[in-house]
Amino acid sequence: MVRVKLWGSLRALADGEEWVEVEASNFKELLDALAEKHPGLAPQIKRGVSLALDGVIYREAWFTKIGPENEVILMPYMVGG
Amino acid sequence: MAFDAQAERKFNIVGTRVARPDGIDKVTGKAAYGADISAPGMLHGRILRSPHAHARIVSIDTSAAEALAGVKAVVTGADLAQPEDEGFADVAINCLARDKVLYDGHAVAAVAAKSKSIAKQAIRLIKVDYEILPHVTDVDAAMKPDAPVIQEGRALETVPAGMSQNVTTHCQFGHGDLDAGFAKADKIVERSFKTAATHQGYIEPQACMASLGSDGRGEVWCCTQGQYMVRANCAAVLGVEESQLRITSSEIGGGFGGKTSTFIEPVALALSRKSGKPVKVVMTRDEVLKATGPTISSSMDIKIGMTKDGRITAARGELRYSGGAYPNATVDMGAQAAFAAYDLEAVETVGWNAMTNRPKEIPYRAPGAPTSIYAVESVVDELCQELGLDPLDVRLMNAARKGTLSSYGPTFNDIGLVATLEAAKAHPHYAAPLGPNQGRGLSCGFWFNFGGNTCVSLNINDDGTVGVVEGNPDIGGSRASISMMAAEELGVPYDKVRTVIADTSSLGFNDITDGSRVTFAVGLATIEAARAAINEMCRRVAKIWDIDADAVIWEDGCAKPAGPNAGIHPPMTLAEIAAIAGNTGGPIAGHHEVNADGAGVSFGVHLCDTEVDPETGATKILRYTVFQDAGKAVHPDYVEGQMQGGAVQGIGWALNEEYIYGTDGRLQNAGFLDYRVPVASDLPDIETVILEIPNPGHPYGVRGVGETPIVPPLAAVSNAVSRAAGVRMTELPMSPPRLLKAMTG
Repeated sequence: MVRVKLWGSLRALADGEEWVEVEASNFKELLDALAEKHPGLAPQIKRGVSLALDGVIYREAWFTKIGPENEVILMPYMVGG
Repeated sequence: MAFDAQAERKFNIVGTRVARPDGIDKVTGKAAYGADISAPGMLHGRILRSPHAHARIVSIDTSAAEALAGVKAVVTGADLAQPEDEGFADVAINCLARDKVLYDGHAVAAVAAKSKSIAKQAIRLIKVDYEILPHVTDVDAAMKPDAPVIQEGRALETVPAGMSQNVTTHCQFGHGDLDAGFAKADKIVERSFKTAATHQGYIEPQACMASLGSDGRGEVWCCTQGQYMVRANCAAVLGVEESQLRITSSEIGGGFGGKTSTFIEPVALALSRKSGKPVKVVMTRDEVLKATGPTISSSMDIKIGMTKDGRITAARGELRYSGGAYPNATVDMGAQAAFAAYDLEAVETVGWNAMTNRPKEIPYRAPGAPTSIYAVESVVDELCQELGLDPLDVRLMNAARKGTLSSYGPTFNDIGLVATLEAAKAHPHYAAPLGPNQGRGLSCGFWFNFGGNTCVSLNINDDGTVGVVEGNPDIGGSRASISMMAAEELGVPYDKVRTVIADTSSLGFNDITDGSRVTFAVGLATIEAARAAINEMCRRVAKIWDIDADAVIWEDGCAKPAGPNAGIHPPMTLAEIAAIAGNTGGPIAGHHEVNADGAGVSFGVHLCDTEVDPETGATKILRYTVFQDAGKAVHPDYVEGQMQGGAVQGIGWALNEEYIYGTDGRLQNAGFLDYRVPVASDLPDIETVILEIPNPGHPYGVRGVGETPIVPPLAAVSNAVSRAAGVRMTELPMSPPRLLKAMTG
């Protein structure tokens, strides 16, 4: 199981949970599992999100490995200028 | 790709100040910008724009314009596709409005004619019947429940029910117990701030030449930060396949994020499709300011609690951004960045975006961060003043560092903020004396940086030179940096490498030049492409020497035998290997395709000394120093240029630049005489101090540097002015009338 932290304004779409626990071994599985467990998150996930793995931010990279020992944080999709 | 595990790697080329490859072309006028290309039979395009802030288009009569001699095509929104994707749909209706005009300057129709003067005459003959609607240009007013609605049904699912339909985005970040944190504070300061929208202010207006034939094949030459983005937008807006469009990016006269969208290219293509001729469209400065994208305007509330000795106990921010008439996510970035420089037990940032009758916001260096950090750093400075504390010591005491739970979620790894603050503290600038009416301000700044989709092709030429093909327009010296990294990796002189920017049909997809990504991501891909070419060269040499490929190493630009069974062979240079490539297996090249991550966040600290004139409210910048963790500075001149340029743009944002709207919702200052950017005579030499803390996510330790420098100046200048004037300033720009009013009460 992997624990992922949602940013505050998503929590209302995830039964108020700050941390969501899902079965996943990579980012794609994590995002699929999140959308399945909390369908309210699906539109945001479809629009795009970033994920921070132990402090390193990834914008995409579905197949990045994750495990229970990792800090995984869901973040908005990064944009820049 | 991780930082190369080499103790104290010695670079030969990276880190030097080699000649820039675009220098001669630019100073001699040879460089070809967006407006510099012409074609046989070319027509001139001109766009008719709305004079109203908000109006329904009842009808458009183009007959008189079409009848004018020399006019070859007239297009309106009806000539563009209606993409299902919301992002593309926004681009389409921003290029040419359909049912409503959403801001003063919104494009309504366009003509292509045999001359510029005929085109100009023709757009005056287009009759548009408008039903004028109520408008709103202020973000706070736009959020009120009874505000005129710009677009219906655009709110994201995170926006609570019952708010104005203009509110499209809501975000919240943070951790800890705010009430408990504020209860521990000896002093709490709570302030509200406003910042004006500002433009990226690039010198070169948007310009393009486009051709779209009856066979559905098109070509576009344009100044842009992303030719692949232009291709995608044009394909969606014109309803053609991407493979049928070839987009070539011109030399670019500044972008700063402002050329990360399309405004005129689809219009030029539509005119070309209708007329059967190539069409050139060049925006005027008036059009650039009215109809391309400035940054957000903002209204913010910040509350911070601090103990007597300077420890921040709790912090909260509420940000209200407006990115014009369309939804955008800039407030997400501003909210995440707001408190990133601090190690906080309790912090919360809430963000809202509301639509207004202003042009569509387009990112401007570190979008969202300069404004939120301006507000936060202003309150931190005021607390330091109130408590009699040194503002640098307070920031050092509260600085985020390795292991800090960041205000936006993740725990920081190695970051360079403390080193940057310590460099500022040790610098003579911080201890220099100040005179009457003078003040010193400082601010921290932060930006995320990212990598993204990148393709690089590296070709070993038969004369021993090297060609690198990459797909990102060079807005900050990337051709030099990429050539330097290729030369470093291959072990050849810098002048043996030439890097060119590919068109969209010559190389795989690349993300836009944005997010401070190019030197990081394209550099990373270039190093990998060079390593692929080296592997191939070693394999060829192994064949020649009749030894195993792993018995050949690459060192100092040569293939050399290595290991006990390699035998004795004279080294073969890259040129020698290249010269016989046809005999050993054919052309030699290296490629790399990657979606790069691991860009690494970046921090900066700016020091600013100002003097205010108590009689006029005018501010003079006396001294300015930028400190930044740049990772490995590939070409220090360019890194310093980024740091200086960001500081100057931020000084303009702080002191003079603003979009001024009249009560009629029309932009009052659409020209550089009235929209005042800093010029050289306004500025001191901007001093720079580069800290090279390697980014662990790049083989050479490179991290992005282009955006962080625009984050701290707003607060650094405001804090300096507030201390010099003896009054806390809470609104930007601090133009002379505004400052004088604050000083005189």
